[in-house]
This record gives sequence, C-alpha cells and structure tokens, in this order.
Amino acid sequence: MKTDIKLAGVGGQGILSIATVLGEAATEAGLQLKQAEVHGMSQRGGDVQSDLRLSTDPIFSDQIPLGGADLILSMEPMEALRYLPYLGPEGAVVTSSKPFVNIPNYPDETALLAELDSLPKVTRMDIDAVAKELMAPRSANMVLLGMAARHLAILAPEDLRNAIRTVFARKGDKVVEDNLKAFDAGYEGIQ
Amino acid sequence: MRVKRLLLGDEALALGALHAGLSGVYAYPGTPSTEITEFIQGDPLARERGVRSRWCTNEKTAMEAALGMSFAGKRALVCMKHVGMNVCADAFVNAGITGVKGGLVVVAADDPSMHSSQNEQDSRFYGKFALVPILEPSDQQECYDLMAEAFRLSEEVRLPVLLRMVTRLAHSRAAVAVGDPIPQNELAPDGERTRWVLLPGNARRQYAALIDKQPDLLARAEQSPRNLLKEGKGLGVIACGIAFNYVREVLPEGVSLLKVSQYPLPAAKVRALAAASDEILVVEDGQPFVEEQVKALLGAGYPVSGRLTGRLPRTGELNPDNVAAAFGLAGGPVHQPAVNLASRPPQLCQGCGHRDVYTALNQVLADYPEARVFGDIGCYTLGALPPFRAIDSCVDMGASITMAKGAADAGVYPAVAVIGDSTFTHSGMTSLLDAVNDNAAITVILSDNLTTAMTGGQDSAGTHKFEAICLALGVEREHLHVVVPLPKNMEEITRVIREELDYKGVSVIIPQRECMQTLARKNRQKRAAQ
Repeated sequence: MKTDIKLAGVGGQGILSIATVLGEAATEAGLQLKQAEVHGMSQRGGDVQSDLRLSTDPIFSDQIPLGGADLILSMEPMEALRYLPYLGPEGAVVTSSKPFVNIPNYPDETALLAELDSLPKVTRMDIDAVAKELMAPRSANMVLLGMAARHLAILAPEDLRNAIRTVFARKGDKVVEDNLKAFDAGYEGIQ
Repeated sequence: MRVKRLLLGDEALALGALHAGLSGVYAYPGTPSTEITEFIQGDPLARERGVRSRWCTNEKTAMEAALGMSFAGKRALVCMKHVGMNVCADAFVNAGITGVKGGLVVVAADDPSMHSSQNEQDSRFYGKFALVPILEPSDQQECYDLMAEAFRLSEEVRLPVLLRMVTRLAHSRAAVAVGDPIPQNELAPDGERTRWVLLPGNARRQYAALIDKQPDLLARAEQSPRNLLKEGKGLGVIACGIAFNYVREVLPEGVSLLKVSQYPLPAAKVRALAAASDEILVVEDGQPFVEEQVKALLGAGYPVSGRLTGRLPRTGELNPDNVAAAFGLAGGPVHQPAVNLASRPPQLCQGCGHRDVYTALNQVLADYPEARVFGDIGCYTLGALPPFRAIDSCVDMGASITMAKGAADAGVYPAVAVIGDSTFTHSGMTSLLDAVNDNAAITVILSDNLTTAMTGGQDSAGTHKFEAICLALGVEREHLHVVVPLPKNMEEITRVIREELDYKGVSVIIPQRECMQTLARKNRQKRAAQ
C-alpha cells in the first residue's frame, strides 16, 4: 500500500509541521517514507509545497508524478488548486476554505470555491476559525491534519495523535493539548 | 549498531561526516547546502568533539581554511551551493595540485531548475577540471554512507574529493540507517614542503603526479560497488546520482541499467553496457556531463540520447514525469490546471527594513530618471518585483558595487548599489576598495539587517563592524551614514540619499535594523526561556 500526499500552503503557514507529524507517525508505524521540502527563497510569503510519500514498499522518486497524488492537503484554497495536475483519478482534496490574500490579483473567492467544489472529492473548512474557537489559534494546521486523517487509510488516527505528542513534547503540555484538541476537531468536523 | 533516523539529504551528509571523524566544517550559507553546516552546529557529538563549525566569510576562505586543517592531518569538510564553487575555484583546483593530508571533502550542492539560484552550472565539471574524484549520492542513505567513503578515498589517493548534491536530494527526508562514529585524526602537520609550496618547479612535478594518479582513480571507479551495472536487453540506461531514483520509479522491465555514483566515468562499464544494448539513454540531473563523455567514448556510430538530443529536457531538473516520457511511457495529469489561479511570488516580509530602504530610494530617484540601481544577492533582490521594481541588475555576490562603479566610469549618473551586510563581507569589500581608489561617483546602500537572512538567519561575518570596515577601506567620514530604516525616519533617509547622490564620489549609507525573522525567533526563544 502507498499514499502520496501533496502538501501546499503559503510560506509561514506551517505545512512543514504537518509533514513532521506525518513523518513521525509513519516512522513509528514502520512505513517507508520520503518527503521533499522547499527551503530558501520561496519561503518568503510565496507558495510552498512538499511531496510526502508513504508506503509499505521501498519508495524511489522523492517527487510525486503528475496525476499521482492520493491527497492534496492545503492550508489555503487557491494553493490547493495550484496542484490539481498532480491529483490522481481517485485523489481527494482536503483544504482550508479561507483565502490568504497577499497578492493584488487574487481570484474571485466565490468562483474559486465553486471550482474547488466541482472536484469529485473535496473537504474544506475554515480551519482558522475552528482553531480560534478552540482558543488555539496557532494549531490550525493540526485541524487540517485531523480532516486529512479521514482519508489516510495507511495511518490510524491514534498513530497521528501519538506523533503529535512526540513532535510537540519539547514545547510543553499546553501546546500538545492544543494541537490534540485541534486535531480532534478536524477529525470530528468532517464525519 | 545501526539505528534509523529520519534525515534530510543534507543532514545525512552532515551526520556521515561527523561519524567519519570530522574535525571541522567550513562553509558560507547557500541554498540548498545550508542545512549541512547547521546540522553540525547543533549536533551534540560535534559539540563534545569540539568540531569547528562557525560560518565563514565566503567559500574561498572556507576552502582555504579546510585545506589548512587537512594540511594539519585532520578531516575537514567544505560545503557550498554550486555557484560557491566559482568563488573558491582558485583554492579548489590548486588543492588538487598540492593534494591533501587529512581527508578533505568538498560538497557542492547544485540547483537544477534554479529554485534559489542564478544559473544551473553542474559542479561535476569542476571535479573533472581539477582531476579529482567525484561522488554523487542517489538517495539519503547513500548521502550518509558515501561521506565515510569520501574521507577514506581522499586520504588514500591524497586528493580532495568532490561530493555533488542536487536540491531535491538535499531537501528531501527519508529514514537513514546510521552507524557509530570513528575517532578523529590526531594532529600531524605535513612536512613535505615540495608538495605545498607551489613554485613553478614544484607545481610542475605535482601536476605530473596528479596526472599519474588518474589511472588509479579510474580503476577505483570501475571497481566501485556504487557504479552498478545490471545487464538486460535492448535499451541501455545510464542513471547518475538522483536520476537513478526516477529511472527506478518508472523503469520498464528488462532494460540494462548502469547506475553511476563515482567518477571518473567508469569507461569499461559504459562499454559493457553498450555491448549489451542497442542504444544508450543517459539520465542525469544538471548538464550533459556524462552524455558528452559517453558520445566521445562510443563514437558517432553508436546511438546515444539524453539532454543533448532532446529526449530529456535540456534545462531544468529531472522528475518522474520527464523521465517517464523519455522512456515513451504514458502518464501525466488527470485534472487540467485550475482556472482560478494566480502566481504567488515570494516577497519581502511585512515590517522588513529593506522595504523602507526601497520606499526611500524610489521616492528620491523619482527626481533622477537617469539613475540606475545595481542590486545584489539576498532577500533584497526581491526589490526587483512589484511593488518596488527598484533594481536594474542582480548578477553575483558583490557585483552591485563593482557594476555600479563600471557604469559610473562609463558615465552613468547617478549609479547606486544596493547590497546586504553578509553579501558585502562575502564579496563587496574589495569592490568598495576599487571604487574608493578611483573615487567613483557611486552611492552604496549597505542594507544591514544583522544576519544572513535569505538562507534562514545565519550569523553575518561583519555585524557591528561595517562603519569601521568602510572607513578603513577609505570611505570619507562625511560620506558615511548610518540610518534606521523605519517609516518614521523617511524624511531623514531620503535627505541623506539625496545629498549623497549629489556628491560625485564614493558614499556609503548603512540602513541598519534587525531582520524581522531573526528578531521574532529571538523573542520566541526568550519567551520559552522564561
């Protein structure tokens, strides 16, 4: 079994933390893993993406081929659309529905969300609002991960919860609790 | 005991070097190589062993210091992005002539597709040019394993070893089985002066000795298990470094495959592949380094294809899609590109001091339509994009000052240079000295954010020393200004710029304010400590 995930967002939104949690969970579960990140110039408010490949068998390419992604996981709705050519025939899109507007020519929001909704498998939620409501505004990315957990047959939700505990342990109990709460809200939110 | 660790390719190189008994790493930050040195700086074993790891002023000082450590008998590592090889080429090529004592490994991280670079140069040409062995890992495990082999090889053949990386491997993570560290070398400075004093008489002898080493280097590459030949039928494929992964991802059954991870190119293995195949496809990231050699080796009659023939794209990095296409395999997108999509280029952070610098500069230059602004390498290169559109050139580290000077020599006025603090100490100080000696009519804006920001906030070599450096290079006191780039100081900043544009000699204006990113990081660390 293999799962190819395209992680997307805007520099500074925390997609690499999602990747770190998924990586930790996959390693603990004994899965093979490759994760290609973007460092350097593009991190300054530009679009960022990361290819995460999980598999029970050896993985060769660090990059996901076009039409190969099982999941696009995005912190921002337009960034989810950017990687459509990578989405596979059975692939799902899990994304924040809240635009991050830092460019003058950002597309019309209604049209953008309509295009998203026209895709066969889409789950979107205002993850920032959910995180704020939980009094954990910095944990929006874990809300998104919770939503994604519904689509990740290769990893059990409990594997991901344990990984959150491990990854955020050094930041203290409060941060761990906030992130777990956010994860559960995302997971329950899309039942 | 081998344990598994999840590591970036860069981190696997760093840990491989530490476990190989490294005594010092010398580097200037540059994407995609920065994480190698950062890993060593943060590693407990490196601390325990006192591994030297501070950032260097540029790649040339790094290479020379590493050569000095090698001279002293210890193992040294030099890391840089590909264009850094241009900066240290003098030392690198001559280190092939002197040879080494302690193992010396040079990591050049190439950036096919220019994710964060100005060109796509392939560092393997430098290795061939300097006549030294080259290693090219295909995955994260090989990054770790090859590092120990590289140090051993370097000491056995007494030459620097070039280890060529590419962005995709440098910044991709995978589980790596790691072993135990071996001891560091003892201090044992070389006493063979005729090897190290490159007077022409010695240099001629040393160069001849380097040529004499070539058959041994080739024999080692031929026998290396890193250069693996699997014979099949029909098409023969040569896959270099990371290209091996893309080939394995899409590989049709039954083809013959030669994986190349050690150079000089194993010619006998290439001939064996050719004999077992009807044609050869060369798959390599970067420039057609191997393809050209294979063509020369097999002659015009043997069909060889790759980037030169258009079977693979001539520019840009390899990926599973263009490699699959080279094999004639179907694939490609299921969904068409989205309609509601706009590009989102990187931009200067909100609140960044460079923003205030460009705002002030644009305001003043509106009155000087003939002005030209020569930019440089760093975050402030983003001043080329909207909303600022403030610079007319960006070429290489330090070129802002010297190009402004050359343009001023030709009659351009006003000629303005915009350079960051770290780039200035890397390669701008000598430029400024040239300008001072000619009393060139240029205005230099040395935008100082107290860090090497673009690569993630590494220490900058000249922090708190810039006024002293400029004065010592001969800039006149009355034409040297420090300002604080904040909106509330706009009136003062624009006045200073205007006055100095009107002065027909060298002036330096230093807008000085800490990078927002490093400031935020320090504040977070302070809060965490409380």
